[in-house]
Amino acid sequence: MRAFVERRPVWSAIIALVVLVLLYLIFAIWPEWLVDAIGRKKVFLNALFNGITLGGLYFLVASGFTLIFGLMRNVNLAHGSLYLLGGYIGFFVADSTGYWLLAFPVAFIAVGFLGVLLQILVFRQMEGQDLRQTLVTIGISIVMADLMLWGVGGNFFNISPPSWLSGPMETGLVTSQRVRSSGEVVTSYLKYPMVRIVIFAASVAIGLAMWLVLNKTRIGMLIRAGVDDRDMLSATGARIQLVFVGVFFFGAGLAGLAGVVGATFQSAAPGEDTRFLLASLVVVIVGGMGSIPGAALGALLIGLAEQFGSVYFPTYAVVLTFLIMVVVLAFRPQGLLGR
Amino acid sequence: MAMIDTSSRAKVDRRLWIEKIPAAYWIVGVILLIIPSFASDFIMFQIFGWTFILGMIATSLMFLGGYGGMVSLAQMTFAGVAGYMVAIFGDSAIDTISMGWPWWVAIPLALIIAVLFATAIGWLAVRTEGIYTIMITLAIAAAFFYFTRQNYDVFNGFQGFNSVFPPQLFGVDWRQPEAFYYLTLFWAVLTYFAVLYLSRAPFGLALQGVRDNPRRMAALGFNVTAHRVAAYAFSAIPAGIGGILLTWQSGQISPGTIAIQPAIDILIIAVVGGLSHPAGAFIGAFLYVILKTFAVDFLIAMGLSGDRFQLLIGLGFLVVVAFSEDGLLGLWKKLRESRKKDPLTGEVTE
Repeated sequence: MRAFVERRPVWSAIIALVVLVLLYLIFAIWPEWLVDAIGRKKVFLNALFNGITLGGLYFLVASGFTLIFGLMRNVNLAHGSLYLLGGYIGFFVADSTGYWLLAFPVAFIAVGFLGVLLQILVFRQMEGQDLRQTLVTIGISIVMADLMLWGVGGNFFNISPPSWLSGPMETGLVTSQRVRSSGEVVTSYLKYPMVRIVIFAASVAIGLAMWLVLNKTRIGMLIRAGVDDRDMLSATGARIQLVFVGVFFFGAGLAGLAGVVGATFQSAAPGEDTRFLLASLVVVIVGGMGSIPGAALGALLIGLAEQFGSVYFPTYAVVLTFLIMVVVLAFRPQGLLGR
Repeated sequence: MAMIDTSSRAKVDRRLWIEKIPAAYWIVGVILLIIPSFASDFIMFQIFGWTFILGMIATSLMFLGGYGGMVSLAQMTFAGVAGYMVAIFGDSAIDTISMGWPWWVAIPLALIIAVLFATAIGWLAVRTEGIYTIMITLAIAAAFFYFTRQNYDVFNGFQGFNSVFPPQLFGVDWRQPEAFYYLTLFWAVLTYFAVLYLSRAPFGLALQGVRDNPRRMAALGFNVTAHRVAAYAFSAIPAGIGGILLTWQSGQISPGTIAIQPAIDILIIAVVGGLSHPAGAFIGAFLYVILKTFAVDFLIAMGLSGDRFQLLIGLGFLVVVAFSEDGLLGLWKKLRESRKKDPLTGEVTE
């Protein structure tokens, strides 16, 4: 961090300023002129929290995508279909057993195995032919989308979280303070859905665990070596195909896991697959291909942009997301944290 | 990939230019010209009109992908920009937005805007290579789709524009099946030969050089980025003409016309046909239209629901991609080479 400040003093100052303004906006009681300028604090805080939690969901989807891409240079455009499949599996598991938590491991393992099948049957057969792999995954995503539509129909499926997670949570953040005519001061606090906070915490935990595994374990060392130079790693005798299968399992499983989260947050329905595929594409383009911290940063940016956009300029919310991508591409084609 | 035939140029050819046209061109040309004499209105307007339009848009992708090595999913977006601009500058039922300018202003303006748009997109997309290009153009296509769906001031949101019809030029109603057939045929043939010509012109040759080895071309003094961006700009012309014709054919343009699914359909058409020659795009388009029109009947006859059309398209696409690196054209080439082989020695006889 000190090295970053020394190398880029201007950028550090800008980042510090933004953080300070953000802290003020979150914790201070807004004066009248600020409320007049950008609306009530409650709206702002809700958009901020929604953006951050949506970013957590985007991170779960995009990190699997970027992990697979970083190691194997495979662009898996069927990633959105894996996400949606996870959502459906999660819904049926939670619905039939009544255990919400059970949905996560089942979706993770089932979708992970599908990912292993993809890796063995498709990607390994066409190693080094990027374009063909991409085209095949487009074909697979079309077939999967139609099979899922055939299997479960076009309805919206929403997983309801268990009772101990539903309902709002007191955050302790002041949204407004008014003085009544009787002289009594009324302070209202922000309430936020418990389940979103828990899920966000879980996705942060998963992200941290991934970072630890990648940086502190032997397997992580193998993966990082594979990202840097695949041929050299296999020449040193590492069983690289096994690493590939493992990473594909994990990456696809993460998409399935994210599907369950998405079906709890919003819903699982046809069309969500393309939406999340696009979201993860934009996230990894902004963050940098193959970089896990990049995926986290990109997911946060895109999630915030989407939510703030839909609150403050509803018509052009999508364009804001796109604008971020264009600016990043124009000035840093490899992505914010890409190499 | 693309073969540049120079062997015939070595020996002096003393035949008349009319004799040099291969027999296949004569046969296809005559058939296409006389189709209106026996085909029904539906076949002319819906099947062939649509084939030529989709073929043109797919040719623009084939040009970028086959000669430039840049597989773009934004071609349908370029087509959509031109279609929208014709609806905005020309006439439509939404007269609060449509300006009602005459066709000789609206159409060139629409094409110019499509080319400018494609140049801007191309400038962004060429900063990346290979598979990244697909992802970025896909994201661009999606952004434009969502933008048109949410913007009501210029693009009229979800509804789009309806009653967008071709002008009554020379006293002909160009939306009559026969007139529309010849209109689309004319532009399709022009597109086909323009792309074929360009592939052998200096610009096309340089573009193919850039595709095969950008570093060497840069070392030879070619501006790699400029060639790529110019390829995007050119590709917007056939795509834009196709987009305008598509708008006229269905009489409307809405975000659904340029959604992600149609964009991927264009890719499927071009890849299934083959990216090495413009003929592939039209073959792919013909197959796609036939499938799209008759697959429902076929599926019901097989005892399946007609809704499984996408499954059929997806599986067909998977099979073609899995077995051939260059679509149907590649399969055809393989077949011809295997027939030319001597069964005893295995040598290829010319």
